[in-house]
Amino acid sequence: MSSGFTLGVFYTVIRPEERWILEAAAARGLAVERLADDAVTFPVERNGFDADLVLNRSVSHTRSLYALRFFEHYGVPTVNPYDVVSLCGDKVLCSLRLQESGIPTPRTTVALTPEAALKALDDLGYPAVLKPPVGSWGRLLAKVDDREEAEQIIEHKAALNSPWHSVFYVQEYVQKPERDLRAFVVGDELVAAMYRRSADWRTNASRGATGEAVTPPPEMTELVLKAARAVGGGVLAVDLMESPRGLLVHEVNPTPEFKTLTAATGANVAGRILDYVQEVARR
Amino acid sequence: MTQCPECDARLERKDRIEGELFTCPECGVELEVNGTDPFAVSYAPKEQEDWGE
Repeated sequence: MSSGFTLGVFYTVIRPEERWILEAAAARGLAVERLADDAVTFPVERNGFDADLVLNRSVSHTRSLYALRFFEHYGVPTVNPYDVVSLCGDKVLCSLRLQESGIPTPRTTVALTPEAALKALDDLGYPAVLKPPVGSWGRLLAKVDDREEAEQIIEHKAALNSPWHSVFYVQEYVQKPERDLRAFVVGDELVAAMYRRSADWRTNASRGATGEAVTPPPEMTELVLKAARAVGGGVLAVDLMESPRGLLVHEVNPTPEFKTLTAATGANVAGRILDYVQEVARR
Repeated sequence: MTQCPECDARLERKDRIEGELFTCPECGVELEVNGTDPFAVSYAPKEQEDWGE
């Protein structure tokens, strides 16, 4: 990496995570080019940016995908790369890759029409979970307890008239304790892990779940790193559930938050991300 | 110094940076810094369907 290295940070808003990243970059003496995802423009013919590497922190899946593809086009490496974000940002594609890689996951079926979704739910059995293929923070997820509820929820989804709610990602409802597990991976390392506890069945920190540090047992570390490698690696949060048949990976997040994890574990996640970014830049 | 667009509370920049989200201490609305000199704020962007981690 040359001394003139400039780190691009592509972002939507500055949350504590982005602020810590900017502070960690400043502490390392790195020049930073701030790239607000609602303001930058991407000429097809030329690279109009100074960044030698771009760290993606945009919360928008759509903006992330186009931007990352442009940086790839300009020959600028990104963390994470387009392929990883494209895969992990879509629950359908991510499930396929996890399954292809032998990672245990909840039983999942995808349906492409409301009628087929009803059949998928009937086949999988109730209760089940219905998720949009894109989006997170537990938004518009539904726990479906019976067929009557299924009919109503599917009707409401159809009324949203959105392409993402016209694809039905149907998953078994895993009987788990009132918690799930989040493991934060940077490169080949599991940096920190926590339980996310919530009385709500959705254990997203954004829905008020609290974090509690956990020392991952070797089998969990092995599974987490295997899942991260399966999707292409980088900076990822692997979410797992403790089910009666063992640990199941239910999500791999490609632009993970780490405010709750940092508070729960004291791990210097932002610093580790910056170490990794510098490592990638040296390649 | 600026004012909250929701409740008119007087807001100080403190060490906030451009783009940073914060909550109005008076009314609790989520705000975004869109200028530091002079200090300016607006409502935080509304969450969209494809937003997430």
